[in-house]
Amino acid sequence: MSATELLVLDQLTVELQSKNGTIRPVDSLSLTLAQGQILALVGESGSGKSMLCRAILGLVASHGRIIFDGSPIGQLSEQELNQLRGREIGVVLQDPLSSLNPVMTIGEQIMEPMRLHLGIGRSAAKSRALGLLQATGIPSPAERFASYPHQLSGGLRQRVAIASALACEPKLLIADEPTTALDATLQREILLLLERLRRERNMAILLVSHDLGMVADYTDQVAVMYAGRIVEQAPAATLFSRMRMHYSAALLNATLRLDAPRRSRLPGITGQPPDFSALPPGCRFAPRCPCAGERCQQEEPPLVSDQELQQRYACWFPLMSRMQGGSV
Amino acid sequence: MSMCPTTVHQLLTIEDLVVKFPVAGGTREAVAGVSFMIARGEIVGLVGESGCGKSSLARAIMQIPRPASGRVLLDGVDLTRLHGNELRRIRNRMQMIFQEPLASLNPLKTIGDSVAFPLRVAGGATPDAIRLQSCEALAAVGLDPDQFYHRTPARLSGGQCQRAAIARALVNRPELLVCDEPTASLDVSVQAQIINLLQDLNQSCRLSLLFISHDLALVKHISHRVAVMYQGRLCELAPCATLFDAPLHPYTGALIAAASGSTPRGSAAPPTHGDSSAGCRFYSACSRAASSCRQQPPELRQIRPEHWVACHIPN
Repeated sequence: MSATELLVLDQLTVELQSKNGTIRPVDSLSLTLAQGQILALVGESGSGKSMLCRAILGLVASHGRIIFDGSPIGQLSEQELNQLRGREIGVVLQDPLSSLNPVMTIGEQIMEPMRLHLGIGRSAAKSRALGLLQATGIPSPAERFASYPHQLSGGLRQRVAIASALACEPKLLIADEPTTALDATLQREILLLLERLRRERNMAILLVSHDLGMVADYTDQVAVMYAGRIVEQAPAATLFSRMRMHYSAALLNATLRLDAPRRSRLPGITGQPPDFSALPPGCRFAPRCPCAGERCQQEEPPLVSDQELQQRYACWFPLMSRMQGGSV
Repeated sequence: MSMCPTTVHQLLTIEDLVVKFPVAGGTREAVAGVSFMIARGEIVGLVGESGCGKSSLARAIMQIPRPASGRVLLDGVDLTRLHGNELRRIRNRMQMIFQEPLASLNPLKTIGDSVAFPLRVAGGATPDAIRLQSCEALAAVGLDPDQFYHRTPARLSGGQCQRAAIARALVNRPELLVCDEPTASLDVSVQAQIINLLQDLNQSCRLSLLFISHDLALVKHISHRVAVMYQGRLCELAPCATLFDAPLHPYTGALIAAASGSTPRGSAAPPTHGDSSAGCRFYSACSRAASSCRQQPPELRQIRPEHWVACHIPN
């Protein structure tokens, strides 16, 4: 374990009670995020991505260890967690309209965490808030300072939400689908903004997304999540050149790119992610996998590491490098 | 004026459509004089940023609410002049699907009831025939009627809900389907299934589609022709390949560049809708703007065969 590790998740499990018994939307998941690194967590709806974010923030109970900046935070009291959330760990959610307070000016909302956590005075907070509005690319910050969220466009609102999350200069930013509610053109702008802020502030970002194609250009590490588990993880460049998991390949294949040649049919992924209360006995992706064999139906593949490529994957019959990009 | 070769049978014709909404201190034109046509069996993509008037245009075509002025002709019949039963009858021939599948289905009704509803409204069919037809529609979109007919929307995934919404739209065998961001809230894996389904229906039933999306790659994939909208007006209309390979309007070029990630647009000020100055609406954001652009609004004109553009200085 090197000193640069900011967030370490060790065998993290979230258990929830449902009608059909106990389910585990996050199941024995281990993940490491280094300081100043952007890690994209990718997967379909219902794969447990958001639940993982909530577990890190202590918003749902979890087992296993969460080590943030060298100290375990899994068992902290609510009060201690409040010291961490908003100060050390910032959060940006999918829909900025529902995450911003509609009856508070955006200036007040950005100043609030600074005044609360850092105890700095009004005028100092105001000048910092203006700086943040500037840094997040909001035109004429001084005028916008007194605006309410409904007076801003979706893209500007998300910038405000980011500015507010950055108010206390957190070491970690958790961004849960920060661009999903936005236009394609704005999505790239927001991702570029996050990437720039990471560089300027040496802040680590956990970027949750369901669009593997979109995050490709902006992240250091990509982790693919399926049914509560990481099924593949690698540095972004490695992942896209040497994809091993059929699920990652299928996910990438279903993404449309403007510069790609036109295809007559889109290769989707048949079926649905499994129901957590009725997981298949073997590999969780096996029922939807075109290459699943007998072993996949019976035995769950372990997450194996390729040290040389810093890649992890869980598959009995991984894709070969000659099948780059996956021809599932 | 024809925007397609005259030999092609036009299904939908929109002429100078205007949609206005009341705002503080007056009205705002969400759609400011849009004209185009959709042929039978054609897929027309409509792209533009959020707030450019795409959805308002779609709803005005369906007459919900009625446009402020202009004409919407379905097979030669002007919908804006129809009322009551006449309008209800012609709505069987055109249907719409929406972005949020869960919100567009009644949560208290079973999927089967929702799909059967248009048939009940249309009247004239026996309960058995209605049931049979709704089961057929469910099967056509890949939902097993035995499994899904009696479920409520809450027990379906987003993709399944959107399939049910498509089944409901298709149960009366419409000729035109207006799709307003049908996959924006879905996963890419599910998006592929829905898009393939729409393409199959287009080919097997010669169903015409107006496909609205802000996702250029998706529109490029599915459309035969593409219309680009900016602040309530069409700025370009062309066959799909032409539009993406050789866009003539600077806004189209900027959209394509931004979506392919080559040159992000930076943080240009957002469009100010209140600005209804005399000239081109793209003037303040345009790199090519000349003084004539500020004075006179460019009309949509045909520059090459089938290629229409509203710009004084096209590429």
